[in-house]
Amino acid sequence: MEVLEIFFTASFWAAVIRISTPLIFATLGELICERAGVLNLGIEGIMVAGAFAGWMAVYSGTGLWVGVCVAMFVGMLFGFLHSLLTVPFGLSQHVVGLGVTLLATSSTYYAYRLALPEVTSPPKIDAFQPYDIPILSEIPFIGPALFSQTPFTYLAFGLVLVTSVVLYRTPLGLAVRAAGENPAAVAAQGLSVTKIRMGAVIIGSGFMAMGGAFLTMSAFDSFFFEMVNGRGWICIALVVFGSWRPGKALLGAVLFAAFDALQIRVQQTSLGSLMPYQFFLMMPYLLSILALIVMSRRAEVPAALMVPFNKGER
Amino acid sequence: MRLEPIDKPSLARSLLPPVTALGATVAIASFLAMLAGANPFSVFGLILNGAFGSKFAILETLNRATPLIFTGLAVAVAFRAKFWNIGAEAQLYAGALLTVLLGTGLLPWPSIAILPTLALFSILAGAILLLVPALLKTRFGVDEVVTTLLFNFIFLLFVSMLLEGPLKDPMGMGWPKSARLLPEARLPRLVDGLRLHWGFGLAILSAISVWVVQSRMTLGYEMRAVGLNRQAAAFAGIPVNLVLVKTALLSGGLAALAGFSEVAGLKGSLTLDLSPGFGYTGIIVAMLALLHPLGVIFAALFVAGIFVGADSMSRAADVPTYLADIMLATALLLMVLAIMLTRFRIVRN
Amino acid sequence: MSKSSVEALCLNAITKCFGELTANDAVSFSINKGEVLALLGENGAGKTTLMNVLFGQYTADSGTVSVFGQILPPGNSRAALDAGVGMVHQHFTLADNLTVQENITLGTRPLSSLKLNYFKTRSKILRLAKEFHLSVSPDARVGSLSVGERQRVEILKALYRDVKVLILDEPTAVLTPQETNDLFATLRLATTLGLSIIFISHKLHEVMAIADRVCVLRHGKKTGEVLIKNTDRDSLAKMMMGAESKSPQVLPSKSGPALLELKDVVTPNIGSAPGLKSVDLALKSGQIIGLAGVSGNGQASIADVVGGLSKPITGEVWVNGVAVENWSPRDAVNSGIARIPEDRHSMGSIADFDITENSILERYNTALFSRRGWLDWQSSRAFANRVIEKYDVRCPGVDTPIRLLSGGNMQKLILGRALECNPTIILANQPVRGLDVGAVNYVHSQLLSARDRGAAILLISEDLDEVMSLSDVIYVISNGRLSPKFNRGKMTPAQLGVWMGGQGFDEEITHAP
Repeated sequence: MEVLEIFFTASFWAAVIRISTPLIFATLGELICERAGVLNLGIEGIMVAGAFAGWMAVYSGTGLWVGVCVAMFVGMLFGFLHSLLTVPFGLSQHVVGLGVTLLATSSTYYAYRLALPEVTSPPKIDAFQPYDIPILSEIPFIGPALFSQTPFTYLAFGLVLVTSVVLYRTPLGLAVRAAGENPAAVAAQGLSVTKIRMGAVIIGSGFMAMGGAFLTMSAFDSFFFEMVNGRGWICIALVVFGSWRPGKALLGAVLFAAFDALQIRVQQTSLGSLMPYQFFLMMPYLLSILALIVMSRRAEVPAALMVPFNKGER
Repeated sequence: MRLEPIDKPSLARSLLPPVTALGATVAIASFLAMLAGANPFSVFGLILNGAFGSKFAILETLNRATPLIFTGLAVAVAFRAKFWNIGAEAQLYAGALLTVLLGTGLLPWPSIAILPTLALFSILAGAILLLVPALLKTRFGVDEVVTTLLFNFIFLLFVSMLLEGPLKDPMGMGWPKSARLLPEARLPRLVDGLRLHWGFGLAILSAISVWVVQSRMTLGYEMRAVGLNRQAAAFAGIPVNLVLVKTALLSGGLAALAGFSEVAGLKGSLTLDLSPGFGYTGIIVAMLALLHPLGVIFAALFVAGIFVGADSMSRAADVPTYLADIMLATALLLMVLAIMLTRFRIVRN
Repeated sequence: MSKSSVEALCLNAITKCFGELTANDAVSFSINKGEVLALLGENGAGKTTLMNVLFGQYTADSGTVSVFGQILPPGNSRAALDAGVGMVHQHFTLADNLTVQENITLGTRPLSSLKLNYFKTRSKILRLAKEFHLSVSPDARVGSLSVGERQRVEILKALYRDVKVLILDEPTAVLTPQETNDLFATLRLATTLGLSIIFISHKLHEVMAIADRVCVLRHGKKTGEVLIKNTDRDSLAKMMMGAESKSPQVLPSKSGPALLELKDVVTPNIGSAPGLKSVDLALKSGQIIGLAGVSGNGQASIADVVGGLSKPITGEVWVNGVAVENWSPRDAVNSGIARIPEDRHSMGSIADFDITENSILERYNTALFSRRGWLDWQSSRAFANRVIEKYDVRCPGVDTPIRLLSGGNMQKLILGRALECNPTIILANQPVRGLDVGAVNYVHSQLLSARDRGAAILLISEDLDEVMSLSDVIYVISNGRLSPKFNRGKMTPAQLGVWMGGQGFDEEITHAP
C-alpha cells in the first residue's frame, strides 16, 4: 500500500523531525510558563514576531545565529510585557495573552510593510543548511533522518535536555515548579514569586520566538503572512498532552509532526485523491482536540495555574 | 508591591486611568505613524474623517459595526460567565453557511417567512457549533480556549471545502463562492436610499435583549453568578453546567447572527473572505465595553470607526492599515490595566 | 536546662494599618533564648498580622524588629529567615507536587546554583528528624501526607534552616489531643536545645500548658504580659476578651423525632479526603448534634450529603421519615434545610454581588423572588432589608457589594438568609471560624434559639471546645466513620481524642464478638 510505504522512507522521518522543531521550541516555552503558574496565550503572536525578527536580522546582514538571538530577544520583550501585566498587576491571563498575540502579530505585519514596502513576493535569505553529524549520520535509515538536520533543530533537542535538567535538578527549577503549585510556599521560603514567574514567562517567550524563527530561517527561507497558522495554539494542547513534562512534550511534538507529515504525503497517494485537500489540512487541529480529550483527567495540572498571587492577601 | 482594594473610588479615580489609557494609545499610534514617515495629526485627521467625515463614511462605519456588535455581544455574554469563547469566527461562518444553504433557492418563500427562518437556523448552527466545546468542558474538563480556537481553523477549512465543492456557484466562473441569495432572502434597507441594512437594527435589538436578560431575568442572574464565583453558585443550587451550556448556546447564536447579517444584509453570497476577523475583533469590542451589552454598541462603533478610518487613511497617507490593529491591541491591554487601577491602589508592602 | 536571659527577639512599637483599620497598635514584646512565649488573642486581635510583619510578609508603618540585637530590614522574608526566624503558618505552605525533601530545600540554595546536594540534604533532614522525634520520609510526595505529617514537614523546614526563633500560628487547630501532646513534647525538646518559641493561639488551656510567658492582644493593642506561673485562665480570659459579651448559657433540651437521617450512607473519596463508610446518623428535632474531628476526615463528605451537594452511592437519605429520591442543593433547601457553608467567601457568598443579590442566592428561582424567569427585585430588596435589620448586619445598605462587609457581618447575613425561611434542619459548618468574640456569641445564641424552637442542628467544627460546649450529643468522625453517640456531659476531651485519632474504631473492631 502506498500509505504504508511512506513510513519506510528516511525522508519521511527527516521531515517529521524538521516539522516538529518549531513545535518543540514553542511547547517547551509554554511549558515553562505554565509550570510557573502562568498561561501564556501570546504564544501565537510571539511566534509570528520571532519569525519576522530573526529573518529580518539576517536579511539586514547579520549572521544566522545572531538572527536567532534577535528573535529570542524580541520574544523575551513580549514575554516581559505579558508577565508585567499578569504577575505583579494580576490582570486576566486570558485577556492579556490574546492582547499580546494581537499586538505581536499586528506590529510584525506593520514592521514588515514598513521595512519592505514594495515587495510582491517575499524575499529570501540564506537559511540554515543541514549539517551532517560525522559518523552518526551514516547509520542507515536513522542517520539521514535524525542526524542530517539543521543546527537549529539540534538546538531544539538540546534545549529539551537542558530544560529537563534545570527543571528537575536545580534549585531554580524547583522554585519554578513550586511557584506553579503553591506560590505561598515559595514566598514563605523567602523567594520572590513575582521574579520567578516573570522570569519563567520571559524565558519561555524567548523559546517561543525561536520556534517562530525556525520557520523563516530553517524550514523555509522567507517570511510570509499566515505563516504560523495556528501552531501556537496547537502547542498549548501539546503541553497538556505532555503532562507539563519536557520529555513527554517532545514526544507529543514528534507524534504530532508525524501526523502532519503523513497527511501531506497521503494527499499525493491514490488514497489522497479520494478526499478534498482541506480534509487533510483539518487533521492536525482535530488531532489536537483529541489529544486534549484523551488527557482530560489532567491530574498533573500545576495547581496554581492562572491563579494570581497577591502577597500577604488578607 | 501589593494591590489593595479601594472601597469607594472617587470620580477622578474612576475616570483618570481609562482616559490616560486612551491617550497613551493615541501617543503610541502617533509614534508609529511617524516611523512610517507620516504626520501623526494628519493621520488621525484622516482616520476621523474616513470614519465619520461624510454620509458615506458614517454608513460604512455603521455597516462595519453591525457584525462587531453581534460578535461583541457573543463574547461579552460568554466571558461574563467565564466561558472563554474564542471561536466566534467559526460561529459566524456557521451562521453564514446556513443562510446560504437555505436561502439560495431551497426555500422559495416570501421575505416575511424566509428571513426569520434563515435567522433562526443561523442561530441554531452557531449554538450547536459552540455546544461541542461547551460539552467537552462540562463532561471532560477540556479547556474551551484551545478547543474554540482550533474550531476556527477546522470550520474555515470545512467551509472552504464546501465552497469548492457542493456549494460552488455554477455561474461563478470557477471562484470558490456560493450562489447568490434569492432577492426575498435579502435583508431590506433600514431607510430607503441609505446603504444601511436591517442587520444593524437587529444588532441593536439584540444588544438591548441581552441587557434585559442579564439584569432582569433569572438566566442572567445565573450567568453572572456562575461567572463571578462558580463554587458559591453550585453550593447555592444553581445548575452550573446547565448554565454554561445555555450561555454557550446564546453566545454561539449571537455570533452566528453576525454571519447571517453579513450575508443577507451586505454581501449576498458566501466567500472565504466574508469575515476579516470579526470573531476575534469581537473580543476587543467586548473587553472595551467591559462586558456590558449596551456598552458593546458603543465599543463596536468605536472599533469600526478605527478600521474604516484606517482603511481610508492608508490609501491617502501610505501608512499600513495594521496601525489600526496595533492601536486596538494597545487599547485593549492598557484599558484592562486602567480598569484594575480604578479599583485597586498600588501599595508598597 | 534553664532559660537564659539572652534576648532572642524583640518587637518594638510595631504599628500596622490597612486603610482605616489599625491591625497592630504600637505592640512591643521580647522573647529570650529557650523560652516559650504565647501570643494570645481572639480572632481579629492582630496576632497573625504581627507575625507577618515579623516574618517580613508585611512592612510595618512604624517600629522595628530585632533578632539577637540586629535590626531586621523590614518587608524582607529572606532576611528574617537568614537571621533565624522561622514560621509555621496556619495554612500550610507546602507544594503538593513536590517531595518532602524538595519542599524543605526550596529556597535554601541560591537560584543561580546548579546543584541540589541530594545526599547531604537528605542526611541532614534525617538527622534533624531523629533529634526532634519528627518522623518523616524524605521522598514521600507531600500531596499524600496527612495533616499531622504535613505539620512535621513544616517544622522541619524551619529546623533545616537553623531556626532560632520558631513561630507557630494556631498549630493545634488541625490536631487530635494526642497529636497536640506530641507537638508540645517536640516544642519542649526544642527549647532545651536552645530554640525560642512563639506560640500563637486563642485557646487558654493550651497556652497554660505550654507557655512560659504570655502576651495578650486585643483589638490590635497589647493588653497584658505575664508569666504563666503568675496567672490563671480567668485572668487571661479577661485580658483577652475584656468584660464583654458572655457566652450564651446552654440549657438542656427536649429532643423530638428525627427530621433528617442518613442510613448506611457510603460516598466516594474526594481527592485525599475520605468518603463516608456506612454512616448512620439521625438529626433529631430540638437537638444540637456536634461532629468532632480533625479536619480532612470526612466532614466535607457529610456536609455535602446533608447539604444536597452529593448523593450517596449506597444508602439512603431520609427527610421527615421518608426516603428521598432526588437529592440536590435545591431539594435540600426545599426540604427545609438551612446550610451555613464552611467558607463564607468561596462558598457562601459572591463577593461582587450586592447584599440583595446574595440574599436570594438559594431561592431566586422560587415564587418568592421570581415569576416565570423574571426576577422580582422589589420583593428581593424587601427580603434583604428584613434580614439585615433582624440579624444586625452592619452595612451601608442592601445595594452594597458584599465584599465590603466584615467577616462577622457577612456570616450574620448568611445566617440570617438561612434562618429567615424557618428551617427545620440546620447544617452549621464551621459557623464561627475567623469571627471575633461578639460575632461568635451572636451566632451561637441564634443556633441555640433555633434549637429551642425545635430545629435539628448539625454542628461541624474543628474546635473541640465549641462542639463540647454547644452540643447535646456528639459523634466523632475519623476517616469517614462515625463513632458511637456521646451524650452531653458524659465525655472528656481525652476520650474523644481517642476516637479522633482513630484508635477507638480499631479497638471496637478488635473487641467485636
